[in-house]
Amino acid sequence: MDRSEALSDLQSCAVEVLHVDPGVVTEQARFKEDLDADSLALIEFVMALEEKFDITVPEEELDGVTTVGQALDLVMTKLSAGA
Amino acid sequence: MTVAGRTPVAVTGMGVKSPVGLDLRSFWSGLCSGVSAAGPITQFDTSDHPVTFACEIGDFDIGAYIGPKEAAHLDRVTHLGFAAAVDALAHAGDLAVDPARVAVVGGTGVGGLITLETEIIKYANKGAMRVSPFLVPMMMSNATAAYIALQHGFTGPNFSVVTACAAGANAIGEATRLLRNGEADVVIAGGAESSITPVGLAAFNRMGALSRRKDDPLHASRPFDKDRDGFVMGEGAGFLVLESWERATGRGAPIYGGIAGYGRNSDAYHITAPSPGGEGAVRCMELALEDAGINPADIGHVNAHGTSTPLNDAAEAEAVMKVFGSSGPPVSSVKGSTGHLIGAAGAVEAIASFLAMAEGQVFPTTNHVEGDPALSIDVVHGAPRSVAAAPAISNSFGFGGHNASLVLVPPPAA
Repeated sequence: MDRSEALSDLQSCAVEVLHVDPGVVTEQARFKEDLDADSLALIEFVMALEEKFDITVPEEELDGVTTVGQALDLVMTKLSAGA
Repeated sequence: MTVAGRTPVAVTGMGVKSPVGLDLRSFWSGLCSGVSAAGPITQFDTSDHPVTFACEIGDFDIGAYIGPKEAAHLDRVTHLGFAAAVDALAHAGDLAVDPARVAVVGGTGVGGLITLETEIIKYANKGAMRVSPFLVPMMMSNATAAYIALQHGFTGPNFSVVTACAAGANAIGEATRLLRNGEADVVIAGGAESSITPVGLAAFNRMGALSRRKDDPLHASRPFDKDRDGFVMGEGAGFLVLESWERATGRGAPIYGGIAGYGRNSDAYHITAPSPGGEGAVRCMELALEDAGINPADIGHVNAHGTSTPLNDAAEAEAVMKVFGSSGPPVSSVKGSTGHLIGAAGAVEAIASFLAMAEGQVFPTTNHVEGDPALSIDVVHGAPRSVAAAPAISNSFGFGGHNASLVLVPPPAA
C-alpha cells in the first residue's frame, strides 16, 4: 500500500470517528487544534486505524504524534514491518 | 403564595420526552387519550425474549439538539435527558442568572446501559484493547447532569441521584432542598432512562417484574386493575426548572406550579418487594405532607407510582388508604399510557401533575377497567376528571426500598 492510498484510508477513518470533512484531513492537520480531537477521541481514532490497517499500535508509540502526517508515518512503519 | 408558612419552590420550565409525546402538549393529550404507547420493540431483535414489547420513543431526533459528533459520544439516556432539559430551559425563558448559581440534579436508574452492553460484546469478541475510551463517560449515571452543565456553563452544584424508580422524584426533592438552603438560585432537576436493551429487558423479565401479555401489548400496563400482571418498560426523560418563588415572580416568569413538600425514606425490608401494608410508602407520604405543612384532606389528587405490578399497586393502594382514609382523593397513574420510565418516572409524573393543574383535570389511568376488590381507592379511569385546583402528591417507589413523595401545588390563580 503506498502512502496516498494509506492517507485515503486514514481520511475515511477520520471522517467516521472524528466526524470531520475529508478535505481537512491533510498531512499537516493537527489532531487537537484542527480536527477537534481530544485525548479520548484520539484513542478511538487509533483503534479505528488498527482495525482498518490490521496493525497494532502500543499506546507508548503515540507519544509525540500530534499531526495526521505523523500518524501516517506510524501506519506506514507498521505496514512495512508487517509486510 | 405560602403553604403553612413555607413558600414553595416555583416551577418555571418543564421539558418532557415520553413514549406518548415529545412536548408538553402532546404528552398531555397522550395521557388523556387513554391509549397506551406499548408496542413491539424496534430497537433490537427480541426473538429469543419471552417479553417482546415496551413503550419506546420512536421518532426522537437528537440532531435537533446537538451535532453528530457530540451525539455519538453520549448514550441515548443522555440524549433524552439533555433534550428534555433544553426544552425546559427554553420554556423558562431568560433566567438572568449567574451560571455559578445554577445547579443541576439528575436522576436515573441505570445510566447508559446500551453503551455498556455494546462494549461488553466488543470486549468478549475482540478483547480489552477494543473497548471504547468513551465507555465510562457515556455509561456513568451522572453523565446527563454533567452534560447539561457542560453545554450551558452551569458551574453550581451538580450531582445525580440513583434510587431506581424513585430517582426522578428524588432529584426534584433534592433540588428543592438546594434552593431552600440558598445553595443555588436556579436548579435544573429531573430524570432520564433508556434501559430498553437486550440485557435490560431480559433482566427485568427474569425478576418477574414485567407483564407477559405479549399477545396484547396495548393493554398490558394496567395500573390498579384486577388483571394487572406486571409493568411495561418505558424510556424517556423529564426535566424542570426550579427557582425560588420570589425570584420567579421578580423576573416576571410564568409559574406552572410549586414544590411544597418532599418526603423520602427507605423500606429497609426487601431489595425489591415493598414493605407489607405499604408501611414505607405511608411514612414517606406523611413526611412529604409534614414537610409541606398541609393536611391529607387538602390533597386533591394522588399521582400514584402505580406500576401495574401486583405487589406495588396493592401496597401503594393500602398506603393511600391509610394516609387519606377510605374516601380519599382521586388516584391515577400515567404508566398505563407511558409504561414505566424507571429513573425518569418521578420527574415525568411531576410534569403530568402540573399539566393536570393547568387543565383543571386529572388524567385517566389508561387500561384500568375494573379495580381490584381488595383495593378500595378511587382510580380515575375511562376519561379525564375535572377537579378543583388543589395540591397533589406524586409518589415514586424504587427497587431497593427507596421511597420519594412530592407535594405539588397549583400555580397562583390567574
